Amino acid sequence: MAQHTLIALLQDRAGVLHRTVTLLRRRGFNIASLAVGRSEVPGISRMTLVVDATDASQVVMQLDRLVEVIGVTDVTNEKAVQRETALAKIVSSPTRLAELVDVVTEYGARVLDLTEEELIVQITDTPERVEEFITMIRPEGLAELMRTGRLAMMRGRTPKKLEAPAHYRAQADGAPADEEVAA
Amino acid sequence: MPPSQSSTTARQSPASDPPTRDVQTTSRTGAQVMCEALIRENVSTMFGIPGGCIMPFYHAMWEYRVRLRHVLCRHEQGAGHAAEGYSRATGQVGVCIGTSGPGATNLVTPIADAWMDGTPLVAITGQVPSALLGTDAFQETDITGITVPITKHNYLVTDARDLPRVFREAFHIARTGRPGPVLIDITKDAQLARIVPEWDTPMDLPGYLPMSARQDVDQRAIRAAAELLRSASRPVILAGNGVIQSGATRELRALAEQAGIPVITTLHGLGAMPHDHPLALGMPGMHGWVHVNRAIQACDVLLNVGSRFDDRVTGKASTFAPHAKIIHIDIDPAEIGKLVRTDVAIVADCKPALRSLTVAMAQGSSVARQAWMHEIIAMRDEHLPRQGYTRRERTAPLMPHDVFDAMNRAFRDRSDWRVVTDVGQHQMWAAQLLDWSRPRTHITSGGAGTMGFSLPAAMGAAIADPEKTVWVVVGDGGFQMTNCELATIAQEGLTNLKVAVVNNGYLGMVRQWQQLFEGQRYSGTPLTGPDFALLAEAHGLRGMRVEHADDADAAITTAWKHTGCVVIDFRVEREANVFPIVPAGRAIGDMMMSAPAAPVVPPSSSTKV
Repeated sequence: MAQHTLIALLQDRAGVLHRTVTLLRRRGFNIASLAVGRSEVPGISRMTLVVDATDASQVVMQLDRLVEVIGVTDVTNEKAVQRETALAKIVSSPTRLAELVDVVTEYGARVLDLTEEELIVQITDTPERVEEFITMIRPEGLAELMRTGRLAMMRGRTPKKLEAPAHYRAQADGAPADEEVAA
Repeated sequence: MPPSQSSTTARQSPASDPPTRDVQTTSRTGAQVMCEALIRENVSTMFGIPGGCIMPFYHAMWEYRVRLRHVLCRHEQGAGHAAEGYSRATGQVGVCIGTSGPGATNLVTPIADAWMDGTPLVAITGQVPSALLGTDAFQETDITGITVPITKHNYLVTDARDLPRVFREAFHIARTGRPGPVLIDITKDAQLARIVPEWDTPMDLPGYLPMSARQDVDQRAIRAAAELLRSASRPVILAGNGVIQSGATRELRALAEQAGIPVITTLHGLGAMPHDHPLALGMPGMHGWVHVNRAIQACDVLLNVGSRFDDRVTGKASTFAPHAKIIHIDIDPAEIGKLVRTDVAIVADCKPALRSLTVAMAQGSSVARQAWMHEIIAMRDEHLPRQGYTRRERTAPLMPHDVFDAMNRAFRDRSDWRVVTDVGQHQMWAAQLLDWSRPRTHITSGGAGTMGFSLPAAMGAAIADPEKTVWVVVGDGGFQMTNCELATIAQEGLTNLKVAVVNNGYLGMVRQWQQLFEGQRYSGTPLTGPDFALLAEAHGLRGMRVEHADDADAAITTAWKHTGCVVIDFRVEREANVFPIVPAGRAIGDMMMSAPAAPVVPPSSSTKV
């Protein structure tokens, strides 16, 4: 089944994720990945959602109909950058772990922890490259894998429907810069 | 814990001077703020049942009782349907109330019903104190979680200061766009808290931008639609609930008459076009007339105005109107292309859309289409829809159609009536056989198909508009689901409500399917009940029983003249069927006109509904 990558802008409120997810559940869509966090504007969250679906146009409209969803776009065929981060724990012999440090570094991953028994690495790359990396390290004693899910951002000007509403932005502009970072 | 209240003397004196007139700075309880918020939204009547966690609201309600009438129902489901009926009769937002836990879950059915039929409804529920949320406290239910998929939106209020904004948003959401239910769940501590309400707090709904009647209609789409319609030689209009909700029946008629296009009305569209109008065809779908379904299957352009292509209308969607270009006017963009392909989409309120389309149609000449109307009329004359019932051999002294014939005779020269139907065979007979001429005179549970809807919904309609007599048409199955509301009707002293029970001792529609499609295995459908006339008398109401066709007119006339609620138990032929019927999952042109001589083989798959 095809996958669709959606970007949504949401009001940052308790229950908004439930509403989003329950709609997909009702339609019988499996969620391949979901990443959500606060956006550049306080009170507004941004979400990247990957669903297994041959056609996502209807569900996009139904998501848009949710009161707390400000806007949704299917970016599957749009010019968008897509990245994913994964943490992987590899358990192996000390000598093999030492060799693996070179291998994963060569691939572009970062070593976060190395002991006699285990190696924890971080990879941040396109979803395809992350998938390839996981396939590569799987036979090396992959003990634990934690993925963020896909993050997507459209290139160029943000489309109108994915822009934070004016009164939220105005509030953000009025707030001290450090407070914004903290949020 | 008893709700505390210190500043009121309303218990002793009539509430002619409620705290609404107080200065803005006076503090009041969350419960008082709730009452004032309802008054600000022009609510005058509410239907509900009190209980522990909603008690502070009921305590405050007493002070406002002159402006806010509370109707105590016998079951929260009845309160919810009553609020729906109130709304469907008037177009205003209906309000129902329940306490936490079972009070709230009993509202789930009417909320789902309002969701399916686009009925504006605000449901108010009490919730356990915020400190106890999520602890499985006494009568705690996660009602906001439960109602997420069946509400346009819902709120859990734990801070009384949010109440003014939440009530404004809730009513705004319920009544705008495609209307629907909104639930507000308010913790007991929020109802008891003392605050100074800030009524000017603006709504915060950046993600909610519904189409409104004042909005401009996309003129490019209108031109494209007008072009399609002008060049069509076999066009039809399919009019649904959107026309009624938008108050666009005059606009619908204007377009139909100007362009000479026949109009089909869905179950919820009944009344949008007078039944005797030369361009009115009647109801389509599973129990639609032959000429109506055939017209859809033969048309070259279909203009859908405010109907959502329900499967009961379309039959197997991929076979629906196979030769037609489809124009779809709907206020909800998510309805476009959901079930049936659309060639021209007009996302708009029906009224301005129809107006624009009528103007655009006038700017060019249409192809002649008298031949098309003649063809449809010929089909109608061949099948003589209503006579399909009378031509069959009479198998009992009282046939269901005798009841509807008598009602038509009684209704013919008056306009002071509404009919609220329940769900099942009688619902389809009423839709087929009664003469619908005015909007908001036919109220039923269409999308959800909620048995038990009619009596409480009629109660709401009767209270909303005392000038009109509300006739309930209900089966003996549905009546037994909510007939406890007869007690409410008696307590409220409603005189403009009459009940016609079409009593055949079966869950009739299911029995009909069993007869036609399941080898006559009447599993779980034979049904007994009390003597409904005696049941009415037990409530202090009037009861009658009719067993012969000759007595039907007199009973209806007597009931109408009686100042008080009357229940007429019409003992009709037990195994009469609704025809035509399109078997589930088939094309709508594929109709059964009568029961087959040989029993049909039971289906191997049960995936069709």
